[in-house]
Amino acid sequence: MHSVAVIDYGMGNLRSVSKALEQVAPEAMVLVTSDPDRILEADRVVFPGVGAIRDCLHELQSRKLTEAIRRCASDRPFLGICLGMQALFDVSEENNGTPALGVIPGRVGRFAPDPARKIPHMGWNQVQPTKPHPLWHGIPADSRFYFVHSYYAIPADTALVAATTTYGLPFACAVGQANLFAVQFHPEKSQRAGLTLLAHFMTWNGAQ
Amino acid sequence: MGLAKRVIPCLDVDKGRVVKGVRFVAIRDAGDPVEAARRYDEEGADELTFLDITASSDGRSTMIQVVEAVASQVFIPLTVGGGIRTLEDIRCLLHAGADKITINTAAVFNPDFVRAAAERFGSQCIVIAIDAKQVSQEPNRWEIFTHGGRRSTGLNAVEWAQRMAAAGAGEVLLTSMDRDGTRNGFDLALTRTIADAVEVPVIASGGVGCLDHLVAGVVEGHADAVLAASIFHFGEYTISDAKRAMAAQGIEVRLPKMGKRSDQ
Repeated sequence: MHSVAVIDYGMGNLRSVSKALEQVAPEAMVLVTSDPDRILEADRVVFPGVGAIRDCLHELQSRKLTEAIRRCASDRPFLGICLGMQALFDVSEENNGTPALGVIPGRVGRFAPDPARKIPHMGWNQVQPTKPHPLWHGIPADSRFYFVHSYYAIPADTALVAATTTYGLPFACAVGQANLFAVQFHPEKSQRAGLTLLAHFMTWNGAQ
Repeated sequence: MGLAKRVIPCLDVDKGRVVKGVRFVAIRDAGDPVEAARRYDEEGADELTFLDITASSDGRSTMIQVVEAVASQVFIPLTVGGGIRTLEDIRCLLHAGADKITINTAAVFNPDFVRAAAERFGSQCIVIAIDAKQVSQEPNRWEIFTHGGRRSTGLNAVEWAQRMAAAGAGEVLLTSMDRDGTRNGFDLALTRTIADAVEVPVIASGGVGCLDHLVAGVVEGHADAVLAASIFHFGEYTISDAKRAMAAQGIEVRLPKMGKRSDQ
């Protein structure tokens, strides 16, 4: 039986993620855990998250999870979601500048204030894949996914961008780096399109 | 092309059953929450909102079970509100599978509660529910009411919305107590005034009687999302009827694919 670890660092709603994984891969062992050893034993890893990035990094450090995340992000299928995507970059503007995990080169910025656009960016927006990837299989371009965020990732290497979404300006809503994939939207809350992406993740071998 | 305006059916839940208050007094039974949630999901609802109107404390644990059951079957955002008083209430509902929590009366009596909740769980999951009633015209003034619209707080609704957004609420659920249950449409002046006054998204609520009201909520009320209950519960209109009516007026919506899911 193959296994997936959902990293639990005490923030946000992990039940949504684990329920969605159970739905798309009923034969898999879905483990919600904060134990670095169990994460390292899993075949694949999901790094979800909502909330503020300073608290996220603090919780990861106090649970001794940062090394396990860095290692899994480099050697097995790994999916970052929302704050779990942002935390993989070098640094975030949030909380007056927060150093993050440094797994993906780049930074995280905030949407500029604009009377025409609400912050947070909340709701269903369209995703345009910018390169082929096994996780996009069967998901039409411009499919809508559910977003809720005020900050967004700015990868240093634009070749890593796997999809963009436009909210005022286009931003990278997905990045792919070898065995690592990370999305700003919430696939676990994006109905059919989101479940399709998660189903692909659960069978993905980590190759681009 | 871009962010869609959301259509949100609201399910008032009492002791595990969906009910809808007409001006919060007369109540009709409209079914099982899990079945209703599945139907709305299939019709293309963008989110679901559950308001727990159960009075008794033992009845409240039923809501946790409802949320758990819905979250196992429906993969769109779930918002839960009604009687939220403590950080522990929020934690339990999030753990059961809720994505957002609405805070209403507790914020009025303890304004720091919203700040504490947003700091602990993140602004993205804290919705400030505002029940407003017009108390004067020329100039327009709306005040916050509690206890099902019976008790005024004297708080200016616009200032309150701004204050709660500044405290960390990530969204405003705005209900006109003058319109709720009337089917006469949203209070558009109220909706527009608050939507234009805060940076966070505003959900218009209270008074929807037909699909044109949903259109007006977005076009004239500047709402980011529209919420309705009774027009959906009794099968008058489906969510996809609502989306098509909005799309026909040039509003960007997430149009559902027809038919059952193919991936399950």
